Amino acid sequence: MSTTAAVQFKSQARRLTADLEHRQWIFKALRGYETKRDECKARFQNWEAARQAAAEIKHDTINHLDRYLEQFVHHLESRGAKVHWAADARAAREIILDIARQNQVRFIIKSKSMTSEEIHLNEALEQGGFEVFESDLGEYIVQLRGEPPYHIVFPAMHLKRGQISEVFQKKLQAEPVTDPEALTMIARRVMRQKFCQADMGISGVNFGVAENGMIAITENEGNARLTTNLPRIHVALMGIEKLVRTMDDLALLWPMLATAGAGQWLTGYNTLYGGPRMTGESDGPEQFHVVLLDNGRTRLLADVEQRDVLHCIRCGACLNVCPIFRNVGGHTYGTTYQGPIGSVLTPHLRGLQDWKHLSYASSLCGACSETCPVKIDLAHHLLHNRRNAVKANPPLMERLAFAGFKVMMRHPALYQIGMTLGRWLQPLHKLVQGTALDPARAWTRTRQAPRFAGESFHQWWKKNRSNRSES
Amino acid sequence: MKITLFIPCFVDQFYPQVGVSVVKILEKLGHTVEYPQAQTCCGQPAFNSGLWDEARSVAEHALEVFKSAEVIVTPSGSCGAMMRVFYPQLFAGTPRHDLAKTVGSKVFEFSEFLVRKLGVGDLGAEFKGRATFHDGCHGLRELGIKDEPRQLLRHVRGLELIEMDPPEVCCGFGGTFAVKFPMISTAMGEGKCQAIADTKADYVISLDSSCLMHIQGLLERQGRNVRCLHLAEVLAGSL
Repeated sequence: MSTTAAVQFKSQARRLTADLEHRQWIFKALRGYETKRDECKARFQNWEAARQAAAEIKHDTINHLDRYLEQFVHHLESRGAKVHWAADARAAREIILDIARQNQVRFIIKSKSMTSEEIHLNEALEQGGFEVFESDLGEYIVQLRGEPPYHIVFPAMHLKRGQISEVFQKKLQAEPVTDPEALTMIARRVMRQKFCQADMGISGVNFGVAENGMIAITENEGNARLTTNLPRIHVALMGIEKLVRTMDDLALLWPMLATAGAGQWLTGYNTLYGGPRMTGESDGPEQFHVVLLDNGRTRLLADVEQRDVLHCIRCGACLNVCPIFRNVGGHTYGTTYQGPIGSVLTPHLRGLQDWKHLSYASSLCGACSETCPVKIDLAHHLLHNRRNAVKANPPLMERLAFAGFKVMMRHPALYQIGMTLGRWLQPLHKLVQGTALDPARAWTRTRQAPRFAGESFHQWWKKNRSNRSES
Repeated sequence: MKITLFIPCFVDQFYPQVGVSVVKILEKLGHTVEYPQAQTCCGQPAFNSGLWDEARSVAEHALEVFKSAEVIVTPSGSCGAMMRVFYPQLFAGTPRHDLAKTVGSKVFEFSEFLVRKLGVGDLGAEFKGRATFHDGCHGLRELGIKDEPRQLLRHVRGLELIEMDPPEVCCGFGGTFAVKFPMISTAMGEGKCQAIADTKADYVISLDSSCLMHIQGLLERQGRNVRCLHLAEVLAGSL
């Protein structure tokens, strides 16, 4: 498995980095987003202070998660919501399948939820004999194509209009149009029918508010409102880390989520849901279920060094600025969560040894840490993952190489000898540079090798300065 | 002021002129420069590979070499970050933690030292040409160095400085990343080279010879006629 995921990643990365058109398409899209993000950031009186406050909110919430979860659940239950605790992905799938079976559900409509991707819910529901429709336009498009989301916030950003038209023609027998509005109308026409047919709606949760047990969902298409209100059953799937303490917390985090992730002042629709339809109310579902998912989160909570990974509000900001993501694209990762947050988090969810390669696939540039609205130390956590991976399973060859490095660097005389050797061998390297015989081929295939100087700084100092100074 | 130099291993061997330039500039400003000859490497390659025991072992040697220094100046944002930011993490929970913090806090990247510590912005340097500046990620994000080199470059007579678009993007070097994932590293570097070419600059200036080694390697292979220079080389040009 470990080789499979790593080998897959490398071969996909090789393919995608060679696809110039794809790289340019993604780069252009994310560059445009950056401009919009900066405009929105400027509307905050002090974005850095907002980041600090947001980080403190999440820090307090995560460090007292037991207390806030109890509060949250208490309020939800008092309004007639049914709360389920799922220890892992399988438990969560079973809970949702049971709800569907017990209520003789046939059609299920979903609004966007990465947590549902994390537990591979759609496959489980389909295998259980249910029809599942994604109602977010981007999600619907990738569902029709049989692909996972490309980006946690922009699931179909890799597709051009022509490709969307193609899949609509093939799967929906739609007319060949490429105008964005016409394409949207095609999806809308299909979707409206599904909304009316569905007897169960599944949503994610952006934030759960502990002080009043409300669920906050943010979206741009209005599809989540229909998903959660029209069917007779609403199931909200929520990672336990999605809590905030108060409505005041939400007032800060909601606009920050929109700004950091999508470059919006505020997302189009922001709705709070509190439970099933109450007596005298004209709309809302008959049943309201909340599935609280652990799936490795409490294990991460116990990790003092990386606990702040649970601050994540899934805004996608770190993907947008990541030069690795921009060059290899979202599908290359082979994970639910792509980009820096995915590289840090996936080893915790799916095993360090199988997914450590993602922590190494980084130049450690730190653009992710710099942009994260809740100040997760992403770049440093990649280093922590690398250290933990080595500690648990020391790579023999590398260990050997660095044992040599260690001895050389601890003994200045050996360092000098080693470097002199390097200088002598350099002319030989020239003969094989770039060929299959070149031991430095990984570098020299695309880059000229640096050249040893005729005289090292050390030698220069000895000749020109050491008589002047005792050091 | 007595200044202790840390010349990173690859600068020592591949780019000695950078170290020589630093010496000349600091001496011209009237300071005493010392270079402990037992110095080797900061240990970053092992640290970034996840081999913290090996990194710690190399870093212990560096701590020994530099423990009595008043102030340590290095012409590299990356090695500077290793010592100032990562040594305290590397030695956390070990008997040398305090020493690591003390030595780390005395480390300055070269341009940061000139501008923040010495208050020097204008060295009276002269350099004819059109140049762009590459921010090394460690200097930029770990040490927070952004304006210092630009302030120094703005005062260089004859130099025309053009910013890249997009600015602040990694060149793709990343140490062992460059050989573990050469396709990604190269793709990132190609983006950087394009941004450089778009400025129509004749020179790329940076605080880190490691980034420049990557950029120069790509530029040469692509046959582009752009030269990479360390900031110190530009500032010492007329000395």
